[in-house]
Amino acid sequence: MATDIAALRDRAPPLVREIPHTVSPGLWVLAWRRLKSDRVGMVSLVIVAAFIVMMILSGAGLIAGDWNREVGINYAPPSFAEEAAPATPGAGTQGPALTEIAPTTPEYHSNVVDPIGDVIEKLREGGAVQPPAASGAPAAPSTPAAPAAEEKSVDPLADVMADIRAGKSAAAQAKPEERKATLPFGGDKWGRDVLKKTIKGSETSIFVGLAAAAVATFLGTVFGAFAGYYGRWVDDFFNWFYSVFNSIPYLLLILAVAAVLQQKGMLTIILILGLTGWTGVFRLIRAEYLKHKSREYVQAADAIGASNGRRMFIHIFPNISHVVLVQLSILVVGFIKAEVILSFLGFGVPVDVVSWGSMLNEAQNELILGKWWQLVAATIAMATLVTAFSLFTDSLRDALDPKLKGRAGA
Amino acid sequence: MGAYIVRRLWQMLPTMLGVILLVFFLFNWVGGDPAYVLAGKISNQEQIDNIRRQLGVDQPYWVQLGIFIKQVVTADFGASWSTNERVSHILMTRLGPSLTVVVPLVILATLISIGLALAVAYVRGSLTDRMVMIVCTVGLSVSILVYIIVFQYVFAYKLGWFPVQGWGDGFLENLFVYASLPILIGLVVSIAPELRLYRTFVLDEIYQDYVRTARAKGVSENRIMWIHVLRNASIPIITNLMAGIPGLLLGSFLIERFFSIPGIGREVILAVERSDFPVIKAITVYVAFATIATNLLADLTYKAVDPRVQLK
Repeated sequence: MATDIAALRDRAPPLVREIPHTVSPGLWVLAWRRLKSDRVGMVSLVIVAAFIVMMILSGAGLIAGDWNREVGINYAPPSFAEEAAPATPGAGTQGPALTEIAPTTPEYHSNVVDPIGDVIEKLREGGAVQPPAASGAPAAPSTPAAPAAEEKSVDPLADVMADIRAGKSAAAQAKPEERKATLPFGGDKWGRDVLKKTIKGSETSIFVGLAAAAVATFLGTVFGAFAGYYGRWVDDFFNWFYSVFNSIPYLLLILAVAAVLQQKGMLTIILILGLTGWTGVFRLIRAEYLKHKSREYVQAADAIGASNGRRMFIHIFPNISHVVLVQLSILVVGFIKAEVILSFLGFGVPVDVVSWGSMLNEAQNELILGKWWQLVAATIAMATLVTAFSLFTDSLRDALDPKLKGRAGA
Repeated sequence: MGAYIVRRLWQMLPTMLGVILLVFFLFNWVGGDPAYVLAGKISNQEQIDNIRRQLGVDQPYWVQLGIFIKQVVTADFGASWSTNERVSHILMTRLGPSLTVVVPLVILATLISIGLALAVAYVRGSLTDRMVMIVCTVGLSVSILVYIIVFQYVFAYKLGWFPVQGWGDGFLENLFVYASLPILIGLVVSIAPELRLYRTFVLDEIYQDYVRTARAKGVSENRIMWIHVLRNASIPIITNLMAGIPGLLLGSFLIERFFSIPGIGREVILAVERSDFPVIKAITVYVAFATIATNLLADLTYKAVDPRVQLK
């Protein structure tokens, strides 16, 4: 059947055959062609797409769903920096050697505990010499031994109690044995996998950035459309509204709204960023509507009886949608940065949600202890996405509006 | 000129009123009853009623708005909810440290950015130009938080070149001891975006006919760049600079917080953390007023820089 049609078309007069080829490419096809020939644009598009795929997979729970599980030892170093780990003995339980000794020491103490003080003293000395690998460790197990001895002299059931404690601590210590000494990109204070946290944090930050940018672009477009299209007092009103919002520095406005909205949550922060960030879009879209409203195609739409709303959003909007798209793209980058700062300050996402900002907040204290990996992981993830997104935005703008090429800086 | 200023001042009123309305709407309406925020969780109805009467929240909305406008005009926002310090006193004492950091920062950042922008635009398209732009783009994408954390750790904590944080009493001590690392971080963060932007402003001018004319009549390259091009590129630069100044006052709030500098920005963060509404309201309103005023100042500066500008 298909071959029949093809055969028919081949036999058709040349004019008919030419028709499909004479359809001139539209704005989007042309823009896509230009974008495809832009190497930097394509590479950054691939990176941005990879991050978004990661966000979707992580949001669906397919990857990094168990980021909250404590899979490694506390502050597990990254696998590629394994050699450096024993050289930096940090707080309490650290280093691979420790996990092996830890379960045996409390048991040893509780079995040999005796009312006689000398024995305990000896025991302590012995304990202090026993594990040569980690010198900081014995201090911790020996302290519970002393109160146990005191208890025994008063409480006849102390032996039983000690056994129970030993059993308990053995059980508690059994868990860390499964914990890994190193993780692909290290572990945090509770031994959670930094790599998984970064993926989960990317999900939060990108989602907040995209959603807030969508809200802000929507508001800016609708306001700008009304102001530019209707003009007169509608324009005056929206311009006044714009100058009010624009005269309060952006971060201050965000903080003020954050102070007022007491409850924390993803929705809150999306609303804060979206409701405060529409001014830039408004200014550009208003100018576009001013320009387009007196064009001939809009007059033609008026002549065939299209309503105002139809003229604004069915006729004019497609012609300015490329401006909207570029603005959306610019806002995403700004909002991702703003979300990181807000979450860092504790005004952003709730405590049980991980974001790059909350990771940086934890990393701030970890850096003093020499645990640099969480800081580096969050920074690299964020810098990669933001760089790629900015470069992509530049390429997108050049592709959609070639007249502007080269004016955008990089 | 005089008539222009008077008309502009007159036109500022609706915007200022709008700012007041917006802040009022946010704090008295969106946030719910401020009395509950102030009273906290442990309180009975009687206490809340008392607080409501003190704040005037039991009055109709237009009376409350009147109270708020009176507060703004007389600069008397009462006492802070958390420290009981007068809000006007808080503002006055916090302004100094903020300016100590911001003024040198703005001056240095602007001079360095303009110089670099002229240099980079002069060798446009070269390897140097492209490298500088790449460094700027990548540098911009790293959060300011990372710069602060890393710089504070490396230069103050590890190397000990600067104090880790703190603030002294003497102006010179503050400027050269405590403010130097914050200013350095501020420079790193603000030069990258400014350089990128100023470079495009310079590039817009560099292809103009007057540049060719100047070159043809034998004006030195230095003079062309620093006098001819810079004067013409300075209008967008001034707009950008002026628009950014009030934000900079707060933009350094992260720096102030990390380095425990008792400035306006740190005060805002503290106030938000403590739900200290009078302080946030006062800072928001006055910083907005400052922004409106600098916008007018920017327009007047155009006239001084470019005689072609007609003030209408």
